[in-house]
Amino acid sequence: MQKQAIFQSKLLPYLLVAPQLAVVLIFFYWPALQAVIQSFLLQDAFGLSSNFVWFDNYIELFKDPAYFESIVRTFFFSFAIAVSSLSFALLLAVMADKPLRGSMLYRTLLIWPYAVAPPVVGVLWIFMLHPSLGVLARYLRAAGIDWNPLLDSNQAATLIILAAAWKQISYNFLFFLAGLQAIPKSVFEAAAIDGARPMRRFWTVTFPLLSPTIFFLLVVNIVYAFFDTFGIIDTMTRGGPGTSTVTLVYKVYTDGLLGGNLGSSAAQSVILMILVIVLTGIQFRFVERKVTY
Amino acid sequence: MVEQEGFRRYVAHIILWIGIAIVAFPVYIAIVASTQDNALIANGQMSLLPGGHFFEVYYQTIFVGTSGSTREPVGNMMLNSLIMALLIAVGKIAISIISAYAIVYFRFPFRMPIFWIIFITLMLPVEVRIYPTYKIVADLHMLDSYAGLALPLIASATATLLFRQFFMTVPDELLEASRIDGAGPLRFFWDTLLPLSRTNMAALFVILFILGWNQYLWPLLITTRDDMQTIQVGIRKMITTTDALTEWPVVMATAVLAMLPPVFVVVAMQKLFVRGLVETEK
Repeated sequence: MQKQAIFQSKLLPYLLVAPQLAVVLIFFYWPALQAVIQSFLLQDAFGLSSNFVWFDNYIELFKDPAYFESIVRTFFFSFAIAVSSLSFALLLAVMADKPLRGSMLYRTLLIWPYAVAPPVVGVLWIFMLHPSLGVLARYLRAAGIDWNPLLDSNQAATLIILAAAWKQISYNFLFFLAGLQAIPKSVFEAAAIDGARPMRRFWTVTFPLLSPTIFFLLVVNIVYAFFDTFGIIDTMTRGGPGTSTVTLVYKVYTDGLLGGNLGSSAAQSVILMILVIVLTGIQFRFVERKVTY
Repeated sequence: MVEQEGFRRYVAHIILWIGIAIVAFPVYIAIVASTQDNALIANGQMSLLPGGHFFEVYYQTIFVGTSGSTREPVGNMMLNSLIMALLIAVGKIAISIISAYAIVYFRFPFRMPIFWIIFITLMLPVEVRIYPTYKIVADLHMLDSYAGLALPLIASATATLLFRQFFMTVPDELLEASRIDGAGPLRFFWDTLLPLSRTNMAALFVILFILGWNQYLWPLLITTRDDMQTIQVGIRKMITTTDALTEWPVVMATAVLAMLPPVFVVVAMQKLFVRGLVETEK
């Protein structure tokens, strides 16, 4: 697709793209290239010299059980966050799609958490469920649950999944609602005339028609869980107890912060880059389908 | 049949209000906690109703900060966050709209390679290149500066794509007409294209402002001076590892203040927000 009417100029277009190109080359490509180069090098303890070591940094990483665990954990978190947030948001969107009085008000009251920053989400949830002073922790203990997410890794993971899913509800709700409103009402009427009951109507008509939206949101939610949970984890558990809530991004951050192994940290960055490229690729393959409604 | 429909609506209202309550509860608790006495909260005896310390807590938070060693007024942190968010939003829109203009309205050597170079950055979020980027910013002496906070986050393939897509829909006749009027490429851009892009720019601005205000990992790394902290970084530093020392009312007031600007933007500019969100995801 190209414009027919265009301007002729030798220098001007380069001047116009120059600022963006400069930022992109300096702050995107150069560091990304550095990460790739660094991931093939091994530095001595003083950082004075480095040797080319082929894939040794990667092999070391995959031999490291802690890294393998953080991969599994990241995917588990992503999946749990996506599924819980998507199902709750879908329920709300289906309800809000009905011709109700005050539906605009409902929408407003459900979409604002999108604007809450991940570290703030972490602070809000750790405060509610703090073992010694949280208002909800009181009830959990009264119910006989030995609640202490600062010591119990499963509880810490649950807390992070809940908080992260909470933040994502509004985003998913908004896209589900848009998806539902794009389905022609005549389709439902036809199904109703055929005598399909509401639940059946949902699973046989709404759900299949909504599947492009669901798939799109699934990918977006997984990318969200990969990256934006950093702020939530950092304010709630700081990766603990132990390393039981360390995700891939959190590991890149802490390993680099300790400044120990530059090669390993770079190799981790490269693996993350590959993951993002794969996820973005999947997302783009389905973009066309998304635009159809 | 009709009664059943009425019953179902009733159920829908109830489910929606439960959803709203779940969504709002953590924030309600934060607001309530920000008006109470720290000793009460620390004892785990926080009341679920607002207390009487509203003015004193918010005054302390905004103008003084916590009593601990990292005493830094939250008002100053908010100013840093605001400057960073505005720089990111305005900067992204400015550099993206002119590069999209060049790519759509000119034919020049390396046009498509340049487009792809910009496009691929979509796949390089700051998290995957964090330490090399840190090193470059340090080498450029931009640690603890607004430029260092904003520049690495400013290049945006999404904004360029969005403007490119929009420019493609602008009828060619407009260009012909302004050319007859004797307008050059810059006049056409300024007098015709920019006014047409106003809604797109506003929608994008709303989203970018929220994303900029909510940045966390990058500011956490490159700000070392307390007076350059953004509010998101500041709130994390207020939660001390020894829980007894955490001043929860101040922390919760900071959380409320950190939410206020972006939530206000979402609620007040809902139409633009929804539009921006849907369009940037395309």
